[in-house]
Order: sequence, then C-alpha cells, then structure tokens
Amino acid sequence: MTRKYFAYPYLAWMVLFIVVPLLLVVYYAFTAEAAGTISFSLQNIAGFFSTTTLNVFAKSIWLAVLCTVICLLLAYPVAYILASSKINSRTLMVWFVLPMWMNFLLRTYAWLIILDSNGIINQVINLFGLPSAQLLYTNEAVLLGMIYNFLPFMILPIYTALTKIPRNLYEAAEDLGANSTTKFFKITVPLSMPGIISGFTMVFIPSITTFSISRLLGGAQTMLFGDLIENQFMFMQDWHAGSAISFVMMILMLISLYIMTRYEKAGESSGGLW
Amino acid sequence: MENNRIIDIQNISKSFAGGTEALKNINLYIRKNEFITLLGPSGCGKTTLLRTLAGFEQPTSGKILFNDENLLDIPPYKRKINTVFQKYALFPHLDVYGNIAFGLKIKKFDKATIDEKVANALKTVGLKGYEKRNIDEMSGGQQQRIAIARAIVNEPEVLLLDEPLGALDLKIRQSMQAELKSMQQRLGITFVYVTHDQEEALTMSDTIVVMREGEIQQIGTPVDIYNEPKNAFVADFIGESNIISGIMVKDRVVTFSGSTFDCLDGGFGENTPVDVVVRPEDVNICGLEKAPLKGTVMSIVFMGVHYEIKVNIDGFTWLIHSTDSANVGSEIGFYLDPDDIHIMVKG
Repeated sequence: MTRKYFAYPYLAWMVLFIVVPLLLVVYYAFTAEAAGTISFSLQNIAGFFSTTTLNVFAKSIWLAVLCTVICLLLAYPVAYILASSKINSRTLMVWFVLPMWMNFLLRTYAWLIILDSNGIINQVINLFGLPSAQLLYTNEAVLLGMIYNFLPFMILPIYTALTKIPRNLYEAAEDLGANSTTKFFKITVPLSMPGIISGFTMVFIPSITTFSISRLLGGAQTMLFGDLIENQFMFMQDWHAGSAISFVMMILMLISLYIMTRYEKAGESSGGLW
Repeated sequence: MENNRIIDIQNISKSFAGGTEALKNINLYIRKNEFITLLGPSGCGKTTLLRTLAGFEQPTSGKILFNDENLLDIPPYKRKINTVFQKYALFPHLDVYGNIAFGLKIKKFDKATIDEKVANALKTVGLKGYEKRNIDEMSGGQQQRIAIARAIVNEPEVLLLDEPLGALDLKIRQSMQAELKSMQQRLGITFVYVTHDQEEALTMSDTIVVMREGEIQQIGTPVDIYNEPKNAFVADFIGESNIISGIMVKDRVVTFSGSTFDCLDGGFGENTPVDVVVRPEDVNICGLEKAPLKGTVMSIVFMGVHYEIKVNIDGFTWLIHSTDSANVGSEIGFYLDPDDIHIMVKG
C-alpha cells in the first residue's frame, strides 16, 4: 500500500513535463490575443486548413511515409539477418547503434559535408570529368537525412520482435510442409508485426515533425511541418497559430495511430500505444 | 527385408558440435501401425533420434529408410511424417482453425475439403466446434489436443510425439494416454512416442526401446522389458528393482546375500560376479524358520494395494511390495522363486 508513494516523483515529473506543456498548447491553440486581451477563438485552428499549411502538411506526410517505408525495407533484412545469425548478434548490433551515440545535429552536419557542391561525392564525380550535381537542398537530401537518422529506430523493435519468435514454431511450420518462403510469410512476418508497428511509429512520428534535418539538408526549398511550427514560434512570435498547428497535427497523428494499431490487432501483443 | 517395416534405421550416429555423441550406432526398425516408444532418462538421445526422423537433425553417419526410400535425402517439409511437439508449438497468431488448417492450406486443398478435414480432426481429439477459438484461451490439455489434431489432419504415415503429455497434470495425462492409444489404433498411423515416463511407456506401447547415453539398451514388448530386463539399467529404469551383487556359481545356481538360490539363467560361466535383479512384488514373505533371507524392517509405508517395506540385510536395503504388514524393527524372513531371480552381466 505504502509503495505507491514511490510513484509520486514520476507522477510529478509527468505533470510537469507532459501534462502542463500539453495544456499550454491547448490553451494557446484555442485563444487569440487582440489589443492586449485574450479571448477564446477558433481562428487559429481554422488557420491550419489554409492552402499553404495544408500543402506543407501534405509534403511532410509524403516524405515521412517515404522515409518510413524505405526504413522498413532496409531495416527488415538487417534485423532478420541479425536475429538469425549464429554469431553473437549483440556485438553486431552495436555497429548499428553506434552512430546514435553521436550528437544528432553533428551526424546531420556530416551529410552536409558529403553532399555539398564541393563535397566528397561531387569530388569523386569530378574525378571522372563529370560536372558537379546539385545534391544538397533537395527533397532527396532531406529524405536521406531522415532515413539515416531514424533507421536504427526501425531495426531495433523488429530485431526484438524477431528474436522473440520461438524456434519451435519454425520447426512446426516446416513439419507441416512449409518451405522457407512459406515459413517467412506465414510465421516470420505475422509474428514480427508488433515490431514493425512500433518501428513504424518510432520512425513516422519523428520524421513528420523533424525540422532540423529539413533545415540543414533541405535549405529554404524544403519547408516541412516541423519548420512551419518552429517558424510560428521563433520568427512570427505567434504562439497561438503555432500551438493550433501542433494541436491539430497531434490529433491527426493519434487518430492514424489508433486506426493502425486497431487494424493490426497489435493491442494483443502489448506493443502498441493503445 | 520384411515389407511391414515402415522405417529402418541403420547405423545412425550423431555427434554435436561440442563433441557430445548423442546417438551411437543406432539400429532399429519400426513396423507399420506400431506404437513404439523411445524411453530413457533425459540426455539419452531419444529426442535427438526423433528429431532425426522429423528432419530437424542430420545424423553424422548412417542411413534411414522410409518405405525403402532414403529418408535423409528428403527435406523435413516433404516428409510424410508429422510431429507433435513437446511444448505444442502452436501458432499464436492463428486461431484453432488456422492452426489445424496450416498444413492443408500449404497442400492447396480447396476450402470445403479443408473445412471438413479440420472438423473431423477436431472431432477426433474431442474438441468439436472449437474452430474459432484463440490458442491462448485454451487450457494446456486442450492445446495438446489441438497440436495432435494439427498433426493428424495431414494424414501422416508416421506421427512423432515428443513427450506430448509432459506438461499436463496427472489426471489429464492418464486420460490422454488411453485416448492416444485408441486414436492410434483407430487411425492406423504409426506412432513414435518419446517419453522418460516408464509407466506411460508400459501402458501405451506395442514396442519399447530403452535408451541410455545414445545407445539402445533393449528393444521389446512392455511385458518382455518388464519381466526380462537385459541389464541392471533397464531393470532399474523400468519399475522398481532390487539390484544385488552376486556370484554365479554355475548354470542355474547363484549366491547372494549369504545364501544360495536356484534360478533359471545360465551361460555366465562358473564363479562369475553378476547383478541379481529381483522385483519388489516378487519377494515372498514367509516364516523365519524356513526363510533363506532374514532382515530387520526399517520402514513400512501403506501404498493402497500393498505395503512398501524396506528391509536391511548386510547393509543392502531390500524393497518389498507385500500385502502382508510387518512392524518396524522386527525381523522378517522371505524367499524367492527361481523364475523371479533375474541374472545380469555386471554393468
């Protein structure tokens, strides 16, 4: 009974860092400031549905979906090989997690140097007498940066899900006539679904809200949703509009997550958010 | 070769990477429609032998014929052999129907045939109408039945069962034993059953193969194995036994515990040290004056049908099952009939 006191610091932490900021976002989203007085307003929310904002939103979603799908396609084979390798896969895993020990911005800056018009890739291209290519400040550069940064978040949950599949299920499937392909699609894929879903979430959400990657690698050309929110707060100083955009996006994200986890029945495996 | 042999195991050996020899030159044939049990303590190689038949292990050397075909050339998924796994290995992401239909779907049967076969298999294991249940809603006993249904629905020629009742409690285990046996007779499938439980082996099998440290100790019917164990290990492992060191004086005469006895065995030579095996229920209590063996009662436990009496003679504790009672500390005498004394080469 008395043990519940142990949870109080955590509760305080939650209130301070999660509940209060969320309430502040909601407060700013539904209020407007005119001539020094603050009143209830829906005009900020309505602002989300303007053409410019929706265009940015669509582009962000498109890039995030691309990033997530490519991450999945890259991560699954890697996780599969790691999970089924006979040698100690934990040591192998370190090589994939190692870049994460470096600062996020630093890692992204590294790509700046690689992709720059005088960067490593272009130097190599020039060696063959070809003209430099515009690599930096493109959508592809942003996509590359996102994939590079978020790939480990896809590998790890899939790897964990794969290692949790009991060996004897593969033997049972083989015993019942399944060859390697059938085993993969009827056992491996469905049973690693919880990992795929949490990997999906862990890549999709940060990539839809990223602003530093698009700022560094996309320049002014690539305005993403994260940049838009940041602009509202930092440059326009319009906390109300910024909060409204954040709020609407959060709601949309929760809805999509809910649909996704419901659809995959991931709740059963206790891996999902719901 | 006799044509009722379905599986012929010839000189099979298996060593694992660490150098452990799991199977040492196994020779064994399995007849059609036979209920054969591989029996032995853990680590005796019985599961390895079963997994070799299933195809999950490749033997280091030797040959296995399946209907006169070389079985080892056939990958597991093409063998007409199905397995009931020790921990069931049911697919958690599929319901009961999905689990049982797994093999049939791979074999591309049409929906109506699959439905019918699944319903029949469920009927066979006594779970009619359970198609839509989830695996995790079912008890251990029910999961075991699903695992059996999933295997037999494919109509295998040979069904391998790896300690299928090990995880169940005594009551369910006993009723499942009887059910498995009648299922085997009804379906006419060859069962290869692995267990470490000697009682299970004795009650269900047509043939028992007793194994120890990768070697076959004895092959025989339950009655043969129980009454005529080939060595002290088998005698000790199958049922309870008194195993006493003795001297074979000459054919049909043996001395142990300070007395000389007539017996039915011979061919050991003269004055050879041997192991003498006597089943506890074959010891006959009699009056002290006529008894060739006398000792002090150390303990007596009522077991229901009989008393379990422990008697000390010259430091050896005799185990006796008798319907007669005796007082702890008192001296009792007993005798042995010649056909109840089993002589074995000293192990």
